[in-house]
Amino acid sequence: MSKKIIATTSLAGCFGCHMSILDIDERILDLVELVEFNKSPIDDIKVFTKQCDIGIIEGGCCNSENIEVLKYFRENCDILISLGECAIMGGLPAMRNGIPIEECLHEAYLDGPTVKLNTQKILPNDSELPMLLNEVYPCHEIVKIDYFLPGCAPRADLIWDALVALITGNEMDLPYEVVKFD
Amino acid sequence: MSDTCKFKIDGKEIIAKKGQTILEAAKENGVFIPTLCNFTGVKPKGSCRICSVKINDRFMTSCTTPVAAGMEVESNTEEISDLRKSIIELLFVSGNHFCPSCEKSGNCELQALGYRYQMMVPRFPYSFDKKNVVATGPKLLKDQDRCIKCQRCMKTIKDDEGKRYYAFKNRGRDLEVVMDEEMSKTITDELAKEAMENCPVGSIIYKGVGFSEPIGTRKYDKQPIGSLIETN
Ligand code: SF4
Ligand code: FES
Repeated sequence: MSKKIIATTSLAGCFGCHMSILDIDERILDLVELVEFNKSPIDDIKVFTKQCDIGIIEGGCCNSENIEVLKYFRENCDILISLGECAIMGGLPAMRNGIPIEECLHEAYLDGPTVKLNTQKILPNDSELPMLLNEVYPCHEIVKIDYFLPGCAPRADLIWDALVALITGNEMDLPYEVVKFD
Repeated sequence: MSDTCKFKIDGKEIIAKKGQTILEAAKENGVFIPTLCNFTGVKPKGSCRICSVKINDRFMTSCTTPVAAGMEVESNTEEISDLRKSIIELLFVSGNHFCPSCEKSGNCELQALGYRYQMMVPRFPYSFDKKNVVATGPKLLKDQDRCIKCQRCMKTIKDDEGKRYYAFKNRGRDLEVVMDEEMSKTITDELAKEAMENCPVGSIIYKGVGFSEPIGTRKYDKQPIGSLIETN
């Protein structure tokens, strides 16, 4: 069996889901037998060098760059997985949804209790910076997502069981303890 | 005349006391039917519909329907499970349920039903409606993001004279369950804890402690909701 090719990315997430991937511990040695990694922060490959079988998405979409990367993944991966609460429903970053973006920026850069150094009262406005979106969006509201693995972060056993099932083409039989929303 | 009768749920024979609801009889016979708005000791009103079953090809709420001898009730079918799942999903998208930051996570009945019915992602779009948190009282806070308007707090949390601490405010889309701010200033510690306990979700939070139970030891971490009934 030829190795499946996997790509991963972290959009508006905290990198916790990626830590949870690494949390499969020594099973990572079995994983490298089954898969090859392409674009991913784990190996620091920045651009897709070939079509991938599975794309794993951590984090929802909070800015224009997230949208661009997500669409890039959709084009280059046959199967996309939303991994974790942020990818599935926006997660904690989506707690800003419903608050006007101006208010968020003011709280973060001007008025917040921990703002000390911004003496010139600058709001980030460099054209190189991605634009914040009006809301944080779940990934499946931007592109088609094929599978969803909940959790914050998702249990390593859930990631492992799901990946192995997907790679080997077997049915997923998830134990009760591994599907959690926190 | 005997005061018991027999009927069937998904083909299993149930022995019920006359006058019992289907839900009560099911529970006594080790059959789990999910509930949210229903609460032991409170007159059932059938508002959340999660306990729906099918009798004679019609959907009925099992918490309000009395048993009748010989009735054939469908409960754990694919169709009904999907209906229940869709209600759970609707509740998730119409509120703002950020489970990772909720003190009730692991002990929340809505979340536990999400697990039991394997909700990986709701089929409906999230509303992300802006809602309030009222935290002015000394003992309790009320997070409207999480309220499913089951009325359990309204019906069970009362003072010595029977006056309610919680009530409806506004109508339609703006309907909220709010706490009486004056009364909340003097609520006893015991009653405040009971209010948090009786709320199926994390809308009523007892202040000062949070996340006191480690993950893995909470109510629904290892055992699906309803499993106590099923092993009875
Ligand atoms: S606060 Fe809790 S108990 Fe009261 S109506 Fe809302 S969900 Fe139900
Ligand atoms: S529990 Fe029966 S309708 Fe809510």
